[in-house]
Amino acid sequence: MTDYSEIKSSFTKSRIGLAGIAMLVILVGLSVFTAIAIPVETYKQWNNPASWTELPKSALPIWINWFSEKKIPEHKILDAPQSTLKKGSSENIITQKFTVDYSYDYFPNEFLLQFDAQYSGSPVLKITAIRPDQTTLELLSTALPHSSQTSDYTDKIFSTNESIRKNLRLESQKFSYPIQSLTAKEIIFAKTTQHELLKGKYEFVIILSGKNIESFDSTMILGGKAFGVIGTDELRRDLAIGLLWGTPVALFIGVVVAFGSAISGLVFGVYAGYKGGKTDESMMRLNDVIYALPALPFLIILSVTTSNSIFLLIGFLMLFGWVGIAKVSRSISLQIKTRQFVDAAKTMGQKDSKIIFCHIIPQIMPYALASIAISVPAAITTEAGLSFLGLGDPTYPTWGQILHDAKSHGAAARGLWWWIVPPGVMVAITGLAFVFIGNSLESIVNPKLRR
Amino acid sequence: MGLKRYFAKRGAILFGVLMITLFLTVILVGSNMDAILKKGIAIQVRAEIVENKDLVEGFAGTDELNSYISNQIEQRTKALGLDAPWHSPNRIGLAMYKILVLDFGHSAFLTSDSGSTAVGDIILEKLPRTILLFTTATIIISIIGIFVGAISGSRIGSKTDKVTSAFAIISSSFPVWWIGLIMIFTFAFSYSIFPARATPPIPPSDPGYAVALLYHMALPIITIVLIGFGTWAYLVRNFMAGIMQEDFIFVKKTIGLKHRKIIFGSALKNAAPPIVTILALSLSGSLGGAIITEAVFDWPGMGRLYFEAITLMDLPVIIGATYVLTVFFLVSIFISDLLYGYLDPRIRTT
Repeated sequence: MTDYSEIKSSFTKSRIGLAGIAMLVILVGLSVFTAIAIPVETYKQWNNPASWTELPKSALPIWINWFSEKKIPEHKILDAPQSTLKKGSSENIITQKFTVDYSYDYFPNEFLLQFDAQYSGSPVLKITAIRPDQTTLELLSTALPHSSQTSDYTDKIFSTNESIRKNLRLESQKFSYPIQSLTAKEIIFAKTTQHELLKGKYEFVIILSGKNIESFDSTMILGGKAFGVIGTDELRRDLAIGLLWGTPVALFIGVVVAFGSAISGLVFGVYAGYKGGKTDESMMRLNDVIYALPALPFLIILSVTTSNSIFLLIGFLMLFGWVGIAKVSRSISLQIKTRQFVDAAKTMGQKDSKIIFCHIIPQIMPYALASIAISVPAAITTEAGLSFLGLGDPTYPTWGQILHDAKSHGAAARGLWWWIVPPGVMVAITGLAFVFIGNSLESIVNPKLRR
Repeated sequence: MGLKRYFAKRGAILFGVLMITLFLTVILVGSNMDAILKKGIAIQVRAEIVENKDLVEGFAGTDELNSYISNQIEQRTKALGLDAPWHSPNRIGLAMYKILVLDFGHSAFLTSDSGSTAVGDIILEKLPRTILLFTTATIIISIIGIFVGAISGSRIGSKTDKVTSAFAIISSSFPVWWIGLIMIFTFAFSYSIFPARATPPIPPSDPGYAVALLYHMALPIITIVLIGFGTWAYLVRNFMAGIMQEDFIFVKKTIGLKHRKIIFGSALKNAAPPIVTILALSLSGSLGGAIITEAVFDWPGMGRLYFEAITLMDLPVIIGATYVLTVFFLVSIFISDLLYGYLDPRIRTT
């Protein structure tokens, strides 16, 4: 039973166990990747709508385009354009160019130019679009607000801007059909011969000219209906970030709760079994009491009345988690304590604590490992469930919280499947990894299940 | 005699557990409860004054009226014993006694469909609905589970067994409520086969109500059964696997009894005690463990009541529901103990 090398060799032969280990390795790898690649700041801003304004609302994952004939436009954030500065005697001209290869089958969702300029006087901002068919459309020519001292000015220009519309109407002779009722995006990205999307390379040229321009920085966002690997939710959050950061959090919750409860249950049970008599009796009664307490209602009441801190929740989950393991380890220690080596240790005058920790617990360890692995999924699903009810810790967004937001925004009714499916799949995959490991360990250490 | 003593002891323990649960609940929500009750008294007094015009006209001025109001509030606060702090032993004892005799008081916000604010009425209205959905589902799960488990347990290593075990392990990793969301998404919105909300839109007095209710129940029942029966089958399989190796099964096999007769006749009978225990526990668990699933399907039972009570912080309802759920849970533990003792003769000698 305690032959670790035998357990190890049986485990490496168990395909399910190895599959579980492989899944776990991938999940841990994903957590490490997340911690390195995605700044914690992004994750901390999860519940702050102001930090997600650049992303589209409820956008599909981009890989959806691989499976459909008609391509949905991807949401593009065009940053760091090629910039040229021309210094004249009377004025400076800064030119920035955004190039987009637009090869989708639908018009984009609107676009916007976000800029940040430092200047004095009142420089002129010009936006021109050069289209694949080499026609040029003057979109905007506007003076920035006057300022007598050098100052910072930040603004956004949306494609719904009234002057863009007016400017486009002036170009109506380039189009062979009436464009009066169309919106700016439908004109800029349309063919001149008929109202159809024009695919190809677009260039947006931004020119700022004025006397004293210190700096100019701009970002262009071409709104699309697809973004990222998982898509975005109603609150414009990149779901991939939420899911990725949910992995280390879920693993942490599951592993800490499982280890904590298994070890305390193990020590509790072994002590009760070893001592026997009155001690055993009263300890087992305490065990009965905790076993009979309704866990979920209590967890809910506790998190409503105390606080929704995730660390407190981990503590509460441990409080309810140790009972089963205590029962099993008590019954095993009842068997072990009758063995000769325990008697020998006793007659040699070893302390009870030493006998328990050095002789009995190592014998039960394989069982404990199996039960740790098996109790991880329960901890993760319970946390997910509580978060789903809206009792999660908002400072640590979890998969359950993403599902809670999905439910409260009616994601199922509105067909936003990419908001519902991935978090649940992640919960299940994490659970499965541990269940696989636990099951194959258990079938090795428990001879009754051995075939 | 031994058996009786054993059950007396179990009964005493479970009663102790009930008291502890009650005590913990009262302690956890006690301080908030006081604030709610005091607010309730103030509202009640004001309402009475507004209704009773003669009383208002009898006062000389607003000062007298105000002092009358504060007097009344104080009197009633004392009558309810709210002047002592909530953690005084008297108060806790009284609160526990009241709940013990099923006097749950009145809810702060929630009402039953008939408009009653008595927590007892609300619970009595919700409980049958939970029983209707979840107990039905549990019964279906256990029947399918026992059947499938017995078959795969009798042929360990066969294809049936492998498929069942794999399905059991995989299905148990998915949270039921998440599968519920997916089912709603698929069968209620993408393909409008079943309604998304589990409550029929017609009043209960309508003759078609029963049919409508069954139709609305379909999606939650399918979900619960789909996720639940695998675990059951796996448990039964493991019990059966042990029994199928016992000598008497080999004897029956060698004398040429039919395989099916051995499984469902002899082997399953021997596996009965643990199965019945689990059945009793899951039947009672079905009454309260569905808080999240009911929230998903909008099923107006105990789970949703609990959820609403929590979101509104309606503490009398939270305490009442916790108490009722705990009682059911403990009673089922006790019944399963009884059944175990009855079915497994070994218990009687120990």
